[in-house]
Amino acid sequence: MTNYKKKIDKLNLFGVKEVELTLDDVVYFDTAAAIFINSLREDFFQKNIKTNILTANKDIAETLNLVEKTKQKSQPLPKEIEKTYLEHIGIIFYNYYIGFLAFTLFLGEVFSAFFSYFTSIKNIRFKEIFFEMNESAIKALGIIALTSFLIGLVIAYQSAYQLKIYGANIFIVDMLGISIFRELAPLMTAIVIAGRSGSAFTAQIGAMKITEELDAMKTMGFEPFIFLVLPRIIALMITMPILIFVADIMGIFGGIIVSYVDLGISVSLFIERLNEVVALKHFVIGLIKGPFFAFLIASIGIYRGLMVKNDTQSIGFNTTKSVVESIFAVIVCDALFSIIFTNLGI
Amino acid sequence: MMQSLIKLRDVRTVFGTKVVHDGLNLTVNKGEIYGLVGPSGCGKTTVLREMVMLQDISGGSIEVLGHNLVNISKRDAQKLRSEWGVLFQAGALFSSLNIKENISLPLKEYTDLSEKMIDEIVKFKIAIVGLKSSDALLYPSQISGGMKKKSALARALAMDPKLLFLDEPTSGLDPISAREFDALILKLRDLLDLSIVMVSHDLQSIYATLDRVAIIDEKKIIYEGDLKDIKNSTNKFIQTFFRRDFEQ
Repeated sequence: MTNYKKKIDKLNLFGVKEVELTLDDVVYFDTAAAIFINSLREDFFQKNIKTNILTANKDIAETLNLVEKTKQKSQPLPKEIEKTYLEHIGIIFYNYYIGFLAFTLFLGEVFSAFFSYFTSIKNIRFKEIFFEMNESAIKALGIIALTSFLIGLVIAYQSAYQLKIYGANIFIVDMLGISIFRELAPLMTAIVIAGRSGSAFTAQIGAMKITEELDAMKTMGFEPFIFLVLPRIIALMITMPILIFVADIMGIFGGIIVSYVDLGISVSLFIERLNEVVALKHFVIGLIKGPFFAFLIASIGIYRGLMVKNDTQSIGFNTTKSVVESIFAVIVCDALFSIIFTNLGI
Repeated sequence: MMQSLIKLRDVRTVFGTKVVHDGLNLTVNKGEIYGLVGPSGCGKTTVLREMVMLQDISGGSIEVLGHNLVNISKRDAQKLRSEWGVLFQAGALFSSLNIKENISLPLKEYTDLSEKMIDEIVKFKIAIVGLKSSDALLYPSQISGGMKKKSALARALAMDPKLLFLDEPTSGLDPISAREFDALILKLRDLLDLSIVMVSHDLQSIYATLDRVAIIDEKKIIYEGDLKDIKNSTNKFIQTFFRRDFEQ
């Protein structure tokens, strides 16, 4: 059709008053062809050229008629309004702002649910909490043990090489003790949990939202905050310090192996030195961070789940967001802790 | 005089900048099957969601079973929720629970009935909606669409509600199952003395079940009342939706 159009455009129509279109040889004629002829006629009409269509075929005439009638009735398609760069940027930041407000609202609801939750023991869903503890934390023990063991191994191996140069072999214990207890174990645990359980929260709750299960719960008077949100948050807050403790042990275990093989520090010497130089406070600080990280991971995961809209794409989008945002939030929180503890002199 | 269960007065709904309803009025009486009908996008389901407190309204008032939903207290809202049952379009069964657990969940949470008694009630509800007891242990992912609807209906009926909300109960069902579902709804209304509000597109189901109908178009109720008088209406939507059927 475009070929025809090009040929027609090339014709010199100067002085032509009348055009005849003969459609007798046409074998196949669909509405697209009819629309083409229709617009051709309009073109000619604007150039003051009269068009006559010659056809003996009734179907073609009818199709043409139909196209013309519909065209008279139909309105032009609305044009998409192009946005400027500024508008795009504005929309992005406005959405961030709205998202921030929504998250604040969510946190408020979590806290108010917390208070009504603990007004009576009957409210507390022990069954759900234990189920979530098993699901999102106990089942993660293996992977957390393995990652922190490897982290301990790698850190020890790298620093052993440097320490050997100075002959300061024994200081590996100080270094490992403080860095693992204080920073590495809590952070590694939080990151693994954010990737593993936070994303699971988002996907579970998002799917429940799509299938209207959340609405069904609400109409039956089961407050989703009490049945879904708080059990997950509480379960994670309880189990996080336990997971960090496991990560501590496994990290140090990795360090012990490298120290023995590479630096010739015996296991008993390592543990003796650990007792001497690493104060209890480092270990306690690591554990204290646990519930805070857990709260951030669980609440962001669940919030993202609740933000899922009625399409399947938004589950993927929100799951990604949930993992990225919770890891980011954990690291920001860790930085805040560093500043606070340093200023307090701990 | 007929007792009215639900009253909507001048309800206004706005999503962002889009006005969905403006000055919507309707009344549902006790014992009737009341239908919400309208072109797609007119906000039928939204009205239903507003009635069951899933959606806030931007203006006006809604009264359900004597409670005003606009300033209802938490306790009253909780009480109200145990007095109605809602059937969602896709059933919305809890996917982590099997049929029996789905039906017994409200009974376990809200009553102190014994395990044995709850089992009996579940058995009765399963039978009344036309499911087989042998299906009770299946999970929602293992059953057909029609069975999901029936199970969801059984769950909605678990607490013996006075009021039942149905969101497109026959959509997604084959014609035979859809007619069975209509018959089931009529039977339940007589057996359990229910009042039913439903959203529907299905003409056959509308004629078979509804006592009164409200037609929503252009943000308002354009017709409320009997199905017999409806063909006299001059509204364009009503004409195309109902008349065509009479001609056939």
